[in-house]
Amino acid sequence: MSDGLLNGRRPPARLVLADGSVFEGVGIGADVRTSGEVVFNTSMMGYQEALTDPSYAGQILTMTYPIQGNYGTNSGDVESSQLQVQGFIVREATDLPSHWQSTATLDEYLRAAGIAGLAEVDTRALTRKLRTHGVLMGTITRDETPAQALARLRSEPDYGSKDYVAAVSTSTAFDFEDPAISLPDDGPRPHVVVLDLGVKRNILRHLRRRGCTVTAVPHDTDAETILGLNPDGVLISPGPGDPMLLDHVVSTTRGLVGRTPIMGICLGHQVLGRLFGAATYKLKFGHRGANHPVRDELTGRVYITSQNHGYAVDGDRLSGPMQVAQIHLNDGTVEGLQHREEPVFSIQYHSEASPGPHDTEFLFDRFLQSVKERGHHAS
Amino acid sequence: MPDKPSKVLIIGSGPIVIGQAAEFDYAGTQACKAMREEGITSVLVNSNPATIMTDEDIADVVYIEPLTVDSLSRVIERERPDALLPTLGGQTGLNLAVALHEAGVLERYNVRLIGSTLRTIHLAEDREAFRNMLQEIGEPVPESAVVETWEAALEARDRIGLPLVVRPAYTLGGTGGGIAFTEEEYERIVTGGLAASPIHQVLVERSLLGWKELEYEVMRDANGTVITICNMENLDPMGVHTGDSIVVAPSQTLSDKDHQMLRTSALKIITELGIEGGCNVQFALAPRPDIVPWAGAESSPSLPYYVIEVNPRVSRSSALASKATGYPIARIAARIAVGRRLDELVNMVTASTSAAFEPAIDYCVVKIPRWPFDKFQFGDRRLGTQMKATGEVMAVDRTFEAAMMKAIRSLENSGRTSLWEDPEWFIEGHERPLHATDERLWALFAELRRNRTPLEVARQTGVDPWFLERIARIIAMERRLLSEELTPSLLRDAKRMGFSDAIIAELADSLPERVRSQREEWGIEPVYKMVDTCAAEFDAATPYFYSTYEAENEAVSDGADRVLVIGSGPIRIGQGIEFDYCSVQAARALQAAGVKAILANSNPETVSTDFDTSDRLYFEPLDEEGVRDLLANEAGDSGEAPRSVVQFGGQTAVNLSRALQRAALPIAGSSADAIDLAEDRGRFEALIASLDIPQPPGAAVQTIEQAIPTAQAVGYPVLVRPSYVLGGRAMEVVQGAEELERYFGMALQERSGPILIDKYLEGLEVEVDAICDGETVLIPGIMEHIERAGVHSGDSMAVYPPQQLTEVQRAAIIDYTTRISLAMEVRGLVNIQYVVAPSAQPDGPGVFVIEVNPRSSRTVPFLSKVTGVPMVRLAVNVMLGKSLAEQGYAPGLWPERNLVAVKAPVFSMAKLVDVDTYLGPEMKSTGEVMGVDVTFAAAVRKALIASDLEVKPGTPFLLSISRQSKTEAEGLVRALHAAGSPLYATEGTAEMVRGMGIPVVEVTKKLSEGHPNVVDVVRDGTVRAVINTLEGGRPSYMRDGFHIRRAAVDMRIPCFTSLDTARAAIGALSAPGEYQIRPLREYREGAPAGRGA
Repeated sequence: MSDGLLNGRRPPARLVLADGSVFEGVGIGADVRTSGEVVFNTSMMGYQEALTDPSYAGQILTMTYPIQGNYGTNSGDVESSQLQVQGFIVREATDLPSHWQSTATLDEYLRAAGIAGLAEVDTRALTRKLRTHGVLMGTITRDETPAQALARLRSEPDYGSKDYVAAVSTSTAFDFEDPAISLPDDGPRPHVVVLDLGVKRNILRHLRRRGCTVTAVPHDTDAETILGLNPDGVLISPGPGDPMLLDHVVSTTRGLVGRTPIMGICLGHQVLGRLFGAATYKLKFGHRGANHPVRDELTGRVYITSQNHGYAVDGDRLSGPMQVAQIHLNDGTVEGLQHREEPVFSIQYHSEASPGPHDTEFLFDRFLQSVKERGHHAS
Repeated sequence: MPDKPSKVLIIGSGPIVIGQAAEFDYAGTQACKAMREEGITSVLVNSNPATIMTDEDIADVVYIEPLTVDSLSRVIERERPDALLPTLGGQTGLNLAVALHEAGVLERYNVRLIGSTLRTIHLAEDREAFRNMLQEIGEPVPESAVVETWEAALEARDRIGLPLVVRPAYTLGGTGGGIAFTEEEYERIVTGGLAASPIHQVLVERSLLGWKELEYEVMRDANGTVITICNMENLDPMGVHTGDSIVVAPSQTLSDKDHQMLRTSALKIITELGIEGGCNVQFALAPRPDIVPWAGAESSPSLPYYVIEVNPRVSRSSALASKATGYPIARIAARIAVGRRLDELVNMVTASTSAAFEPAIDYCVVKIPRWPFDKFQFGDRRLGTQMKATGEVMAVDRTFEAAMMKAIRSLENSGRTSLWEDPEWFIEGHERPLHATDERLWALFAELRRNRTPLEVARQTGVDPWFLERIARIIAMERRLLSEELTPSLLRDAKRMGFSDAIIAELADSLPERVRSQREEWGIEPVYKMVDTCAAEFDAATPYFYSTYEAENEAVSDGADRVLVIGSGPIRIGQGIEFDYCSVQAARALQAAGVKAILANSNPETVSTDFDTSDRLYFEPLDEEGVRDLLANEAGDSGEAPRSVVQFGGQTAVNLSRALQRAALPIAGSSADAIDLAEDRGRFEALIASLDIPQPPGAAVQTIEQAIPTAQAVGYPVLVRPSYVLGGRAMEVVQGAEELERYFGMALQERSGPILIDKYLEGLEVEVDAICDGETVLIPGIMEHIERAGVHSGDSMAVYPPQQLTEVQRAAIIDYTTRISLAMEVRGLVNIQYVVAPSAQPDGPGVFVIEVNPRSSRTVPFLSKVTGVPMVRLAVNVMLGKSLAEQGYAPGLWPERNLVAVKAPVFSMAKLVDVDTYLGPEMKSTGEVMGVDVTFAAAVRKALIASDLEVKPGTPFLLSISRQSKTEAEGLVRALHAAGSPLYATEGTAEMVRGMGIPVVEVTKKLSEGHPNVVDVVRDGTVRAVINTLEGGRPSYMRDGFHIRRAAVDMRIPCFTSLDTARAAIGALSAPGEYQIRPLREYREGAPAGRGA
C-alpha cells in the first residue's frame, strides 16, 4: 500500500457541465455514468455524513477541502441507510486513511455503493465556476467524449424538476431505536413524530438521547394520521429538492399547527415558510458547509451552523403570526422562523450537525421544552 | 458594557527570544491598526526597535523603553490611557499587566484591562486554578500536582509515577520544563523549573507521550459569540513543545466527530474564561490504539482527550492560524477588546461577509520550526517541553506532500533538502534519531527509504501512520525519479507532489535548469491560488497566493508598474526580524511612490506576510525556483518580469541575486555584480586597494596548505571565516597553526568555497549604514560598538552617536564610506564595518575597512528610529530613480541627534542546553533592545535593564579572568569594590584581587575538588553576577569556564564574557542617575530633559 501512487492506475474520467465546460480527473468509485446538480460543500471534515445525507439526493457533491478520505469510512458516521449523492468529486481521494474506526477507504466505500466519483480535479476551479455561474447540472463519465456526455446530459431531466422526497422518505412508519443510545434514567418519554422528508439519523438520535419515543412517518402521511399517533410534538425533517414541489406536505403541516408543537429543519423550515405565505426561491449556489454564521435577532448572539440547502425562504412575503427570528450574517437570508403564539419554530440550518458544529444542539432542548409546557400524552 | 476607550496602552513583547518572536510584532502592529480603525489613540511601549509596531505611523505614540513596571508606570502617569491591552505582547505583556495591577498602578491611574481580565490571566497561568476550573465545567485534565517544594514533588512522583512532565508556571516557551523519565532527571528538571518560575511553582503531570497533539484557535466577543478560526494537528505527538513541532492545518486524522468534540471543548473553555478576544487551547487526543496502546480502547465509544494548555492571548499559534486561514486574529481580537461584536465586523478578506464565521480552507498548510543547531553544533538537539526553535516556515499547497516539500525548501538550512541524510546514518548498525530532535523529520524519510513500513515507524515514534504513509509516497516518487525516464506525466506527478526542480534533477540525473526548461517545454508550470478564508465560496479581495500544480491560475498579472520585494524567510540567528522590518518598509515605500509592491516570503510570524502589507503576497519558498516561478507568473503574457529588490531580505534575498541575473531577471538597486564585488575576496581587495583605503591584511585560501603560510604572513591572531557569511557562522579568531588546522577540518566538512584569513586587529569596531544613489552618499549615522572587534557585530552593544571617535577618525569614516559606495556603484543601502586601531596605522587615522555589504543591515531599523531618517524609503526611491537630492537629503553625515541610543543584544541561552554563551565572532543573540536617553550613562542603563543585564549596587560578583586580561580588569575590580560588591574569584583571579588589596573569597574552579566550587556559588545564589573571560583561542565546552557560564544562564544572572560589556554595566552602576521616560519622538527632537516625567 505504501507506494501510494494509485492515481496512475486509475482510469481517466471527467466532469462535463451543462454549459459545456469540462474538468478532467481520474475515476474513483463505481464505473458508471452519473448526472446531477453539481454543488460544493466547504466543510473540511464529515465527508461520510455528507455522502449519506438524503438532502444530497440528485446532486453531485464536490468538497472544497482537497484531501478527502483521510480517516476512511466506518459504520458509525452514516446519516441514512445508503449513500445518497449522485456522484462525488474531490481533488484527492486518499487510499491511505488512518483512523481507529476506519474499515474501508473512500474509494472502496463509493464502489461498494455503486456511486461514481472523480478525483484529481481542480476542485477550487470548479467551485469558482459554480460560485460565479451558479449551480449547474453535470455528468461524470469515463468512456464518452465531452461532446457525447454533454448531449446525454441535455437529454436528462433537470434537478429542479424532480421530486426527490418521495424517493428518500421512509415508505412505512417506524419507531426509531438505537442500542448505542442510553436513554435518560427517568423523566418523561415524550412522543415525537418525525415527518420524514429525508431525515438524517442524527436528528432521530438527538431526540432519542433526550428520552423521546420517536416515530418516523412517510412524507405523504396526512395530518389526521399524524395526530392519530398522539404526538407530543412533530418535527418536520430536512430533505432534498425544491420545496415548491411539496404542496402535500404544506397542507399536512397546516393541519398540525396549533395542535402540537412543531420544529422544522431545513426543508421542513421551508415548508413552514410556505405555509405562512412566504415564497421559496433557489439560491445561486446554496449554503453548504459547517461555517455558516447565523444571528439570533432576539439576543444578537451568533451561532456557527452546519448548512446544506439550495433553496431559501423569502422573508418579505411572510405573513401573519410567523416571523423571521434568525438571519444569515453573510447574505441576510432567512435562517429561522418563530411563531408568535404557537410553539412552532423552524431553522434553515442543521442543529443536528453531523457533520458540523454542535453549537445549536440546544434547539432540540428548546423544542422539547415547548413539548413539556404543552403537557404530553404518553408517559 | 463600559464605553469604548479613547486611549489604549499596548505592551509589546520586547526583544526576540526563543518562544517570543516576530509573531508579536505582527500582533502588535495589527492591534495598532485596529485602534486606528476604531479612532482610538494607541500608545505603544516596546524595548525592541527592530519592530514595525514601533514605527510612528503604526502607533500614535511610541515609547521605546524597557518593559518594566517602573517604566510602564511612568508611561501611564504621563499618557493617562484609559485602558491597557495586554494580550498582544505575548507572555511578557500578560506578566506586566499583572505586575502593574499588583503594584497598584492600574488602580491609581484608573486604567482598565481590556481583552482579558486578571482572573482569566490567573486562571490560565495558575495550574491549580486552571485545573479546578476545567473540572468544574467537565473538561478532562491529566492527573497532576502543583508543587512548590521538592518534598511535594516527591510525593507527586510516588502518586502518579514516572515519566512525568514538568512545567514551570509563568515562563516563556516552557522555559525550565521537561519530561523526566528517571529519578535523576526528575530532580534536575523540578529544581530547575522551580528556579525558573517567578512564583516558584511547577506543575507535575501525567505524561501523555505518544498521544496526538492538537490546537484550536478560538475567539469570543463580549456578547458571548464564539468561533473557531482554525484547528491544527502536530505531526509530532505529545512530548514536543508545540513551537518545536511540525504542524499541519487543518487537522488531517480527525473525523468530524473527533473534531467537533475538541472544538466544542475549546469553545466551552473560552466561554468560561470570559475572554474578549482570541485564545489558544491545546489538547492531547488518544492515538490509534494499534499504534500507541491506551487503556480502555476496546470499549471506548469515542477517543478520550485531555486539555493541556490555554493561552488567553494571541500567540505564535494564532499568528500561524491567521496566515494559514487569512483570518486576522490579532486585528479582530483588538477590536473586540474595545467593545466591538464579531458580527459588527467585516471579514476583511472578502470585504462583504461577516467576521463572525469560521474560515474554510481548501489547501493544506505545513509549518516546520527553524532550529539554531546549524549554529550551535554542540547544543543538545533533543526536543521536549522547552522550545528551542528561533523561527518557523510555513508552506501552502493542495496536498500534504507538496506543502511538506515546500516547507522543507523554505527552511534554507544549508544543504538540508528532503534528500538530506546524516552521513552517519549510512553506517551499518547506526541508529537514526527517531526520538524527537530537530533531525527527526529527515530520519523518518531515511527510515522509510530503507523499506521500513509506515506502520512500523509509527509504532516506534507515535507519529500517526497518515503522515508516514504520505512521506512513503514521497519516497516512492523519489524511486520513480531515480529509475524511470522523465516523461511529461512523471514530471507533472512529481511537481504536483512538491518536488523541486533541484531535487528532480538530483534524482533523475539532470540539472535544475534542464528540468526547468523541460517543464517550460511541456507546459508544466505552477498556477497560483488564493488564500481567501472561504474556500472560494465568496469573491475575495485578498491578494494572498500560493503556488500549486493545478488547472486554473488566479493570480493573473495585471501589468501595472510593480516591484517584487524578496523577504528574509524564517527568523534565525543572524537573520532576525530587522530584515522583516526592512521588507515591510520597502513595500510601503513602493506603494507611497505609486508602485505596486509584491512580497514573497515563507515566514508566517511576520508583518511582511500580512496580506495588507503589500499589493500582492506570494507565500513561497525563497529559493531560485520559487522566486523565478512567481516572477514568470507576474510577467504573464507580456514576458516582462517586474524588477526584484534583494536588498532588504537579508542574506536570503541577496543570495538570489546571482540566480536572477543568470535568468536575465531585472534587479532594482545595486546590481548582482556589486554584490559579487563585495563577496568576492579578490575583487573586493583590489577595489579597496585601488581606493587607497586601509584594510587588514589577508587573503582568500582554498586549502590548509595555502592557509598556514598566509596566516604566518599576516601574523597571528587571525580572523578566519568562509567567504559566504550569515551571522558570522563559523567565524573564529585563531591564535596559531594548530587551531587553524582544526578549523579547516571542520569548515571543509561543511562547505566548499574559499576561506578568508585576515589579520585580527584589536580595536574599536564601528559600523555605518549609508544610502547611495550613484551620485551622492547619505550617512544617517555612525555606530560605535562597546565590545572591541572580535565580537560579532550582531552580539555587540552599539552606541549612536559615537562616543570615542576623534574628528579625524570620523572624517575618515565618512570619506571611506562615500568613496566605497560610489566605487561599488551601490544603489540603495550599504553597510560598512570598520575597525579603528590607531596603533596599526600610526601615520593615519587608523581606520580599516573590514566588511562591506551592499544591502540593508541589522542596524537599519535602529538607526532609522533614532535618527528619523527613513532609510528604507530613501533607498527604495533611489532604486526607483529618484536621487537623494530630489528627496531633499544632502550628502555626508546626517546631523547627529541630541540623544544617545544603545542597542544591546539579547540571548536565548536559557532555552539551549549545552550551548556556550561566550561572545565571539559567531553570532549567538536572537534579538535586540534599545535604550535611548539624553546621556550615555542613562541610555546604557536602560539597554542593560531591557536586556536583563542590569547590575545593582552591592551585587556579589564571581570573577574568573583569563591571564591576558588581568591587567585590563583591574579598573573593573576597583569599581566593583567601590560600589560595594562582595567579590568571589577563581584561584588566579583571587590572587590578583588580593594583590590589589581588595578582599575576595577564593573558590576553586576544579569541579571535582571539593565544595563550594565556582558552579556551587552560582547555583546557590551566593553570587548574582559573573565576569568570565576566556583564555585565548577557541573556547571549548570542555573547559571549566563553560560550566560557570551555563550555571549563570540557568540561574538567570548576568554573565559578562567581554570586559567591555562588563565595563559598560559597571559604569552604569557607578553613575546611576535618573533615566527619562519619553516618547521616541521627543528624544529625537531634543526636548529638554525632565519635562513631563
